[in-house]
Amino acid sequence: MAIATLLIANRGEIAVRIVRAARELGIRTVQAHSAADADSLAVQLADAAIEIGPAPASKSYLDIGAILAAAREAGADAIHPGYGFLAENAAFAAAVEEAGIVFVGPSAATIRRMGDKVAAREAAMEAGVPVVPGSRGRLESVEAARGILAETGYPVLIKAAAGGGGRGIRIAHDEHEFDRLFHQAGAEAKAAFGDGGLYVEKAIPRARHVEVQLLGDGERVVHCFERECSLQRRRQKVWEEAPAIGLDPAVREQLCAAAVRLAEAVRYRGAGTVEFLYDEDGGDFFFIEMNTRIQVEHPVTECVTGIDLIAEMLAIAGGAPLSLRQEQIALSGHAIEVRINAEDPANGFMPFPGLVSDLRVPGGPGVRFDSLLYPGYAIPPFYDSLLGKLIVWAEDRPRALARLSRALGELRIEGVKTTAPLHLALAADPEVRAARYHTRWLEGWLETNATKLGSEEEGAG
Amino acid sequence: MADQIISPLPGTFYRRPAPDQPPYKEVGDSVAKGDVVGLVEVMKSFHEVKSTVEGRIAEFLVENEGPVQAGQRLATLEG
Repeated sequence: MAIATLLIANRGEIAVRIVRAARELGIRTVQAHSAADADSLAVQLADAAIEIGPAPASKSYLDIGAILAAAREAGADAIHPGYGFLAENAAFAAAVEEAGIVFVGPSAATIRRMGDKVAAREAAMEAGVPVVPGSRGRLESVEAARGILAETGYPVLIKAAAGGGGRGIRIAHDEHEFDRLFHQAGAEAKAAFGDGGLYVEKAIPRARHVEVQLLGDGERVVHCFERECSLQRRRQKVWEEAPAIGLDPAVREQLCAAAVRLAEAVRYRGAGTVEFLYDEDGGDFFFIEMNTRIQVEHPVTECVTGIDLIAEMLAIAGGAPLSLRQEQIALSGHAIEVRINAEDPANGFMPFPGLVSDLRVPGGPGVRFDSLLYPGYAIPPFYDSLLGKLIVWAEDRPRALARLSRALGELRIEGVKTTAPLHLALAADPEVRAARYHTRWLEGWLETNATKLGSEEEGAG
Repeated sequence: MADQIISPLPGTFYRRPAPDQPPYKEVGDSVAKGDVVGLVEVMKSFHEVKSTVEGRIAEFLVENEGPVQAGQRLATLEG
């Protein structure tokens, strides 16, 4: 049954995006919000709003009981979780289902399975999707690793089974170094985590991040081609494009087909993304993880395919089958998205909440600005720093870059510092223009170019 | 006029380095210049609040996990 009333259990630019899509579908929107977000754009645009708690997310946007109570009060028959907060929380999805409300996304069981790194890797292998070569489980000794090393080659990563978040990782470039580091890593893992278990994975030093957008209805899955998100800082994406640059059509086909196989194997429902590392040198790609939600960078896919992904999510959640067949989905042109964060790139990306005293939004052909901003808005300090996304589309990548520079020049956000000067500098950088980068490239670039990022904001006004 | 410790940033004030650890400072503790007295979380990143004065903590004016504005007084000190 199609959704009549939708509770939006998120905030910021994605809440605004969901309100807009729902309204076009004739769905009544109710915005759940914290006390700090009573003045937010999403609250202003929604048909109704319900306060779910105080400013800290733990007491509002992460409070499952408060959100379910708001859904009942609103008479909502569905909840859209957006991204972040509870979007990939299986317990939340299960609680929503048990309350007789539709969760706009996959089943709790799918979220649980794909959220577990080992289970997701196993699901990928079962579906014939390439994973980063490495050991299946723990390695008891250097000798036990020999056979795996013949497969992975060097350099190789030695990882602590109990580690995580980048901790407990060593890189070995040859056999001699491997033997030495293996023992050292085992002793350190034992001391740090109380568990000396190790496993190894092929190191892919100059990989690009390429991800495939999927839509499924629980029976059928289609892909909407791929995005490239290699420009990252501290593992956070700052700039995304569609399609990926310089991807061989045959590789694109394999990549997208692999993602569809994995999603079909888990009978995927809703919008999801399968992330890969792409090794340009070998033309190989490897599964990293699956995100069971809409992603921040979804607009670039919308621009090059003409598909409204949020509208598709809402239709599927309402019980409709996929509206598209694979052969109806085609790529057209090139799109770039840059994340406008309330951070000062000239000062170590220090967060910069505050009052937006004036706002000038870029426009013209091929320009889209998805944001939470309006003139006079006081950006609260309690949530992440994403203010909005500037998205441009053009016939090809050179024209998209020219359009991006033009649109960034029009953008003016008075009263706070933003990452717009970073994007202006990147758009003019020869390496970026030639797309010669990988996932670690931006951090090196920032070390040598930090001084370029200071004064351009005034110049852009 | 008693000395004060001021929050340099807006956000959420924490008196402990982590939920399972003791507070940086208690009322009555002495404070030297540069001592960390708390954290301010702003946009999901954490920043140490260091004292620019020395003395003994007389009172905390913001509770743990309380919201603060930039320039707001967090604690008063006595000579």
